[in-house]
Amino acid sequence: MASMTGLKAFTIADVRDLLGAEVLNGDDLSIKFTAVGAADLLSDVLATSKSGTLLLTGLVSTQVIRTAIVADLCGVVFVRGKKPGEDILSLAKEAKIPVLATPLKMYEAAGRLYMAISGNR
Amino acid sequence: MMPEEFESVYQVLGKDFSNAGKVSTSIKDTLKRMGINPSVVRRVAIVSYEAEMNLVMYATRGKMALSVSRDAVTLKVDDEGPGIPDVSLALQEGYSTATPEMREMGFGAGMGLPNMRRNADEFDISSEVGRGTRLFIRVQQAA
Repeated sequence: MASMTGLKAFTIADVRDLLGAEVLNGDDLSIKFTAVGAADLLSDVLATSKSGTLLLTGLVSTQVIRTAIVADLCGVVFVRGKKPGEDILSLAKEAKIPVLATPLKMYEAAGRLYMAISGNR
Repeated sequence: MMPEEFESVYQVLGKDFSNAGKVSTSIKDTLKRMGINPSVVRRVAIVSYEAEMNLVMYATRGKMALSVSRDAVTLKVDDEGPGIPDVSLALQEGYSTATPEMREMGFGAGMGLPNMRRNADEFDISSEVGRGTRLFIRVQQAA
């Protein structure tokens, strides 16, 4: 999993704006994250992420949310215009995991966050 | 206030993909409510989740026994399943026997057992082909 850490605090609302993303779950958009990771393999997320990581993924499955719960991730962004189903969203709601969806591909979504965040260091 | 000793056993059914991960989130909740150090909770949850996914993906059924003492959290996993013919191979990062279905869920990258070992202070595995696999994982609580 590609990731970057030690960032200035960015919020879920910043991510929404930077990625033109739709917020599918999350009441509190002021939640801050301290790392970003991009991966489609959940074992890689479990192996390398730190708590408080925002995950970009093209994998749409309830296991993404369960991974977010288990690994203390701060939110999930589904890329490539993928929309999670009701089962995924209701689990996210229950676990209070913010969920966003962006039409951008993984590379561009990660690139935009990287630019914005490293420019603000 | 944390009890001296806590034990709980969870049943997991093979191929029950829609419930996969439920036991581990419940284990995590339980440990969190006991006031256990968050980094210990996270390590146990990751080990437990990888073990649970392995049970769901490969075994017929299995049980996961969580116990908490003053100095450690222990997880014992015992399954009825195909077993692992070559355990040392299965412990190598990247070695996988996963099906496309498992990979579609984001698992089967050959990181499950290595992830468990990495997060454990003590890790033991034994397996018998045609019978099943046993895991012992201990995560130390900071003194």
